[in-house]
Amino acid sequence: MSDPQRAAFLAMVQKHLVDTVPHNHAIGMKLVELGVDSCRFTIPYSETLVGNPETGVMHGGVITAFIDAACGAAVIAALKGLRRVATLDLRIDYMRPAAPRREITCHARCYRLTKNVAFTRAEAYLDTPEELVATAAGTFAIFDEPATARKEAQK
Amino acid sequence: MTSLRDLVQEARATSDYRALIEAIPYARFLGFSFEPREGELLGRMAFAQHVVGNARVGALHGGALGALMELTGAFAVLHEAEALTVPKTINITVEYLRQAHFEDTYCRAELVRKGRRVVNVRLTAWQSDEKKPVTAAVAHYLIDPGETTAG
Repeated sequence: MSDPQRAAFLAMVQKHLVDTVPHNHAIGMKLVELGVDSCRFTIPYSETLVGNPETGVMHGGVITAFIDAACGAAVIAALKGLRRVATLDLRIDYMRPAAPRREITCHARCYRLTKNVAFTRAEAYLDTPEELVATAAGTFAIFDEPATARKEAQK
Repeated sequence: MTSLRDLVQEARATSDYRALIEAIPYARFLGFSFEPREGELLGRMAFAQHVVGNARVGALHGGALGALMELTGAFAVLHEAEALTVPKTINITVEYLRQAHFEDTYCRAELVRKGRRVVNVRLTAWQSDEKKPVTAAVAHYLIDPGETTAG
């Protein structure tokens, strides 16, 4: 893919996986980088997503949703096109609580892609990967139909 | 302002978790409620547009379902394990079994092993039919043994 093609693909993935996905939009996901089999997203700190009002730290559930979506995007990146994918399972290990008033970054990679199943890993961190908040491993089912064609296919 | 510790103590004594949930912004965001009764540890996530994952096929977001399970597990530990601090999630493994529709989602927690520091919890979530779970999970929570009501 050339640079303009890659930029167009990034914009399409942002639109398809964030802007039109209400929950991803609600937690403020932003796609900052899309590689050949990986992606990097950020979410801003948000008072409405706080899990512990005494520390001001965002709830682990936010990280769960964030990582799930990022891993799905890594599969889309590896597939090099919009296909419908569904999470089979997702394991998340929480290394430390996120810090209050700081954005969180998630880097996800699809390290094995087969016809029907994709294997991913992800890390969520603060400013640098050394400030690790969570690590994750997720597997995804890949469907034959494109991401937009399901309803038509069912008719 | 009532401290979190007081809210936890009050909720556990009365099995009324509404005030505690009201104090946790993310639990409100998720439309979460928790009603322990007759040994059942039951969480619920109300349907809302912002927990939708795919509007076209009518599916809830997998991450929101994961969050419901994680919250239900944490509240179950809070209710049963006598710790006064909010349990910390060590890890959670969520299995996605079926598409979750635009409906309220229920989640049951079962405390499999209650150790002094670590609690193992099994979680199952469903919608209209309890026999057709949409997600299942296993999670570990860390509790502070020095912060129990007994101690």
